Amino acid sequence: MKNSKKRILFGEYIVGSGLAAALKLKPKEVVNEVKKSELRGRGGAGFPTGLKWESAAVQKADQKFIICNADEGEPGTFKDRLLLMEHPGKILEGMAIAGYAIGAHHGIIYLRGEYVYLKKGIEERIDHMKATNLLGDKILGKRFNFDVEIRLGAGAYVCGEEFALIESLNGRRGEPRNKPPFPTEKGYLDKPTVVQNVETLCYVPYIIANGAEWFRTHGTMKSTGTKLFSISGDVENPGVYEVELGITVRELLEMVGAKDTKAVQVGGASGICVSEKDFDKPIAFEGLPPGGSIIVFNHSRKMLHVLENFMEFFVEESCGQCTPCREGNYRLLEGVRLLKKGDCTVAYLRDLMELARVMQISSKCGLGQMSPNPFISIIENFKDEILYS
Amino acid sequence: MFECQRNEIQQEVNTIVRKYGRTRNYLLPILQELNRKFSYINNYMIEAVSNALDISPAEVHGVVTFYSFLNETPKGKYIIRLCKTISCDMAGKDRIVRVLEKELGISFGETTKDGLFSLEYTNCIGMCSEGPAMLVNEEVYSKLCPEKVVDILEFYKNGARKRA
Amino acid sequence: MELIPIKINNKEIKVKKGTTILEAARQNDIRIPTLCNHPDLEVAGICRICVVEIEGMRNLQASCAYPIEHPISVKTYTEKVRKARRFNLDLILAQHYGECYSCVRNNNCELQSLAKEYGVNFYRFPHIKEPRYEIDDSSFALVRDPNKCVHCKRCIRTCLDLQEVGVLETAGRGYNVQVQTMLDRPLVELNCVYCGQCINRCPTGALHANDPSDWVWEAIDDPEKFVIIQTAPSPRAAIGEEFGLPAGTSVTGQLNTALRRMGFDRIFDTNFAADLTIMEEGSELLWRLEQKLVHGKDIKIPMITSCSPGWVKFAEHTFPELLDHLSSCKSPQQMFGAVIKTYYAQMAGIDPANIVTVALMPCAAKKFECNRPEMVDSGYKDIDYGLTTREMAGMIREAGLWLPELPKSDFDHPLGLGSGAGLVFGATGGVMEAAIRSVHLIVTGRQVPFKNMDVTPVRGMEGIREASITFENTLERYKFLEGVTLNVAVAHGIKNARQVIERVKSGEGNYHFIEIMACPGGCLGGGGQPIPTSPEIREARAQAIYAEDHMLPVRTSVENPEIQQLYKDFLGEPLGHLSHQLLHTHYTPRGRYTM
Repeated sequence: MKNSKKRILFGEYIVGSGLAAALKLKPKEVVNEVKKSELRGRGGAGFPTGLKWESAAVQKADQKFIICNADEGEPGTFKDRLLLMEHPGKILEGMAIAGYAIGAHHGIIYLRGEYVYLKKGIEERIDHMKATNLLGDKILGKRFNFDVEIRLGAGAYVCGEEFALIESLNGRRGEPRNKPPFPTEKGYLDKPTVVQNVETLCYVPYIIANGAEWFRTHGTMKSTGTKLFSISGDVENPGVYEVELGITVRELLEMVGAKDTKAVQVGGASGICVSEKDFDKPIAFEGLPPGGSIIVFNHSRKMLHVLENFMEFFVEESCGQCTPCREGNYRLLEGVRLLKKGDCTVAYLRDLMELARVMQISSKCGLGQMSPNPFISIIENFKDEILYS
Repeated sequence: MFECQRNEIQQEVNTIVRKYGRTRNYLLPILQELNRKFSYINNYMIEAVSNALDISPAEVHGVVTFYSFLNETPKGKYIIRLCKTISCDMAGKDRIVRVLEKELGISFGETTKDGLFSLEYTNCIGMCSEGPAMLVNEEVYSKLCPEKVVDILEFYKNGARKRA
Repeated sequence: MELIPIKINNKEIKVKKGTTILEAARQNDIRIPTLCNHPDLEVAGICRICVVEIEGMRNLQASCAYPIEHPISVKTYTEKVRKARRFNLDLILAQHYGECYSCVRNNNCELQSLAKEYGVNFYRFPHIKEPRYEIDDSSFALVRDPNKCVHCKRCIRTCLDLQEVGVLETAGRGYNVQVQTMLDRPLVELNCVYCGQCINRCPTGALHANDPSDWVWEAIDDPEKFVIIQTAPSPRAAIGEEFGLPAGTSVTGQLNTALRRMGFDRIFDTNFAADLTIMEEGSELLWRLEQKLVHGKDIKIPMITSCSPGWVKFAEHTFPELLDHLSSCKSPQQMFGAVIKTYYAQMAGIDPANIVTVALMPCAAKKFECNRPEMVDSGYKDIDYGLTTREMAGMIREAGLWLPELPKSDFDHPLGLGSGAGLVFGATGGVMEAAIRSVHLIVTGRQVPFKNMDVTPVRGMEGIREASITFENTLERYKFLEGVTLNVAVAHGIKNARQVIERVKSGEGNYHFIEIMACPGGCLGGGGQPIPTSPEIREARAQAIYAEDHMLPVRTSVENPEIQQLYKDFLGEPLGHLSHQLLHTHYTPRGRYTM
């Protein structure tokens, strides 16, 4: 197993040290440090965090915003819930540092409606940090103000997409916008806005306190740092694990006591489903999708049932504005049901596979581009079970 | 709708809008508060909010219908939302479905006659390692089994006084 | 402006920074198919038909929504692109309930054209075979058939962004998303102003006007009935488009021949009624000014025009407190009906009960207007049926006539002579121009001091235009206006109308007279006009109208001899007793969002 003991988020940390270190630097230096760390977004898309900050930092605007994307809704993902419950201080500190770096004084935590019970704990942490001068006015005696507000989602998975989230905050249907312009140019209230996943923000204080070089000693060349994995399904010890990026599926399975494993869904419902032949592939930005959700299926599970569950999810959770996602997911679900009944011809299944690829390349946002992943990977990797048994 | 109900709604909308300000970006929090207070959002509330924020009711209604936690029809005092996504499904969601339906005498999508419980499905609520799981209003319950479900229902039937 | 070198299909071109790929392609005659895109509307980028491949990018991009900021190389018809377009089209076709031959948009449907363009000859996915949704034909003006909706949201963007009325909405999420009316109520219960702009921008037959042509045929076929049609200037400048003529071809004479051959008993010119409107409305303006300036009475100034029934309904919903500002004059359509069923019936010796009045209008809201309960001052329904330009084209085709091939002929007289002023009513600013021409003549005894009498300051396509005209050397009767500067404003499209009214309410706009038309471009861009519409098409129609104005012998309403005759023989004088009874009306305050 690959150094799974090397931890960051679940390791030692002195409260406020990252923020204190940041405020001693110039904002530009903070951005550069994050850039050097090669930290990439932990929400799934993996966009380099430093570049995102830089793009917002250079914008001229009377107001800018830092938004913490706490709309964790990917099936099989619950790492952010754990961070929000047990480490809210790191999130808030990360937001303040990001605010300092780009010149924002207002942060918003977009907390999914399902996690409303976590709100109180986060609020208490905000109050505590204000009391200890880590948030609010003149933070740590420097000329930097930053406050944080919590806003609740209302049961819409697509609001995890950054533009849908911003639209939701703007009081609209959570429908992703066209890019460009990107949120860093025109986001919340049309002001430059940086949206970061909960987990991404948690790494920030560590990077500033310990340096980019230290951070880069974790993970692989292209995927620096550690990563939290939410592991569920047919395993003995489900839960959240912090491991270095680059770990293989097999190593993860061993770690959590998975037996008789037939399939592993890597990266949540919108990730891909791998069979035994791919268990030695690494999970990293250059490998299997590192969204952080691992769902394990043993040999008693029927893959068409699994796939039907995923496709039902996307049919409901698509925002419904673009053709391939709104109509395509429905057609894929319909196809899975035909397969279950034994009524799907191979020719039509080929059409559906083509459709899935069209959805990947022509949908408007990430949801529509990723939603066909389980369809393609399950049909391809479990063809024997689906077509010949 | 009765005059007094209309007045109550109008007053509530006024109070909430005053709290958040008449800006579009607080539409969702405003609707969430109304939804919490009345268990649903009807056309009259939508018009009241539209008037207050000076946007078309068409836009407000479009927003209400987008978010699954905003209800268009009256719901029970306690909305039970059972997770139906894959990890909870594999952990035995169907058994919990049967228990809930039998104990409450209603199907999913319905509300008990006494107006206490509504049964709904929801997508992943982030309790994948502790399935099956459900939300009752703003509380989360995980590792459900039939007996635990009955205890939880009893707790709410008793006015949510004794912790399940 | 910075120019960016790009390549489209290996052709090297330079485009202004920020140009979308679609615009760049069109500027260079490269065709990219679209569906949700419309030149009048905000970009949505949702149908995913216009996708193209950009070198170095894994995913395809919607060309309508991709602004060019850096040099790129674009391919518009690679295998990936063709396949994506075809599949997305197949997905749309599968959920579209459409039997093309029974559809009002047969042969003028963007979905149908796309299917042909992409060689669709089978349904790839299981498709809808039965209608699933109820058709909303609750109003006199509009019909919504959600079964034919393709979710492009052009109607919503029209109603919400372009017109800022907002009676259409997106409801639901995912596969269950529906384009529907506000709160899913029937249109007739809502604050829809029936402008019909949504119809003009719907790519399919999901929206169309409520068509009374069967009743019109029935009346024509009935030997007892005397069917009189009036034709408005805008349809005449546009109906040729329905017969393949380029936009901006006026076919007034051919249309008269067609109508005669179809069996209409009389063909009158709405411009005549427009002149009548100007007589009354100009007089009302002068009366209001005199009451205010001379007698210091509390008379509402500015006066606002009331010939656009969409605007009137909007005002009734949105500014009920300002209804006293609206001129009490009926629109030309309604004035004409009242005059036909009284004056003309008397003169021609026909029982008005047997007269059927039909109005050919560019407008959907005119159908609602003629059915307003108060529009019965002649003792009968003043106007029985309102036909749109599109519906009239359908009737002409049904009669086996091909408009461009017909000889020209004149209107019937009297009531068939219209001045150039009545004609320019068809374009935004036209009522204002007509009013200024007449009022200036009345007040000073001289024609307006503009070259060719073209009151250019009120012309054009800017959303809101303002102008001022000072009266000098006034006649004795109008000495109170000597040296007075008349401030006027012109707005077209409901969004601009709202802005102008806000200016009035805030006191920022110190106007005496405002012209408001509900539709972009005025009547020539009306909701009953040929589809498609675009800024260029509307501009061409306007040019046709202005060109025709120059050719007419009479250019002001006051000088129209048939109008003078009407006052001499029947009405007496403008604002007289009979005028008030037949030609003026009142308005009904309505709910903000409800009927």
